[in-house]
Amino acid sequence: MALPLFFILAILSAGGVVGMIVSRDRAHSVLFLVLAFAALAGVFGLLDAPFVAAVQVLIYAGAIMVLFVFVIMMIDQRDGRGIEKKKSVGILAAVLAITLFAELLLAVKGILPGMGNGGPAGGSETAGLGSLLFEKYLYPLEITSILIIAALTGAISLAGKKGPK
Amino acid sequence: MIPAAFFLVLSIVLFALGVAAFFIKRDLITMFMAVEIMLNAANLAFLTFAKSTASLDGQVIVLFVITVAAAESAVGLAIILVVFKRKKSIQCDDLDVMKG
Repeated sequence: MALPLFFILAILSAGGVVGMIVSRDRAHSVLFLVLAFAALAGVFGLLDAPFVAAVQVLIYAGAIMVLFVFVIMMIDQRDGRGIEKKKSVGILAAVLAITLFAELLLAVKGILPGMGNGGPAGGSETAGLGSLLFEKYLYPLEITSILIIAALTGAISLAGKKGPK
Repeated sequence: MIPAAFFLVLSIVLFALGVAAFFIKRDLITMFMAVEIMLNAANLAFLTFAKSTASLDGQVIVLFVITVAAAESAVGLAIILVVFKRKKSIQCDDLDVMKG
């Protein structure tokens, strides 16, 4: 039953990214990306990571994408249509992406036979995650909070600056 | 039971699509979104390996990646706003001051 669900979610997330690439309007790009990230949260749920799936929906599909929408509304510049004037760049990018795909696939193929499918899903995965986060990874957690404060202060002081004129 | 290979292939597909989007799109905001796609592909790979080794450390790493991505997008969007204020454009073709 999980397999069809996985394929639906995979197609939704990959299709969302493709839609983001082909859509001309930036606002449409953001909406396609929200779709892709929400579907990806479902995939995370299939991987026995319910807490990470919730965080993905809250932070990525919620907070970060709303930030993008705000900036797009502030900039709102309509002259950006039909800007792919250099076709060769698009072809080169496609070639690069396909080459990278094949390369990563070859790299992953070697390790696949040694990979297990993991143990059975424990009922208290999130509790284990919390104790791991606040015991083994306590210092990284605190350093991350300092990083967030620094980043937000920097962002406010950057965006609040008056322009040159 | 879904094989771990499926998840890894989805992660690779998303990463390649992110790289393609980064080079195809010509404005800073969409290029920035492409970076977020690549981060998410890496997150998916982390979770796949965390499940296949039955350890929770991979999920912790993913939480850190999401936090750092939030900080990164706040700073990056502020920088894009400053660039727009100065140049009145966010097309990356217009930002050629350092071109020789």
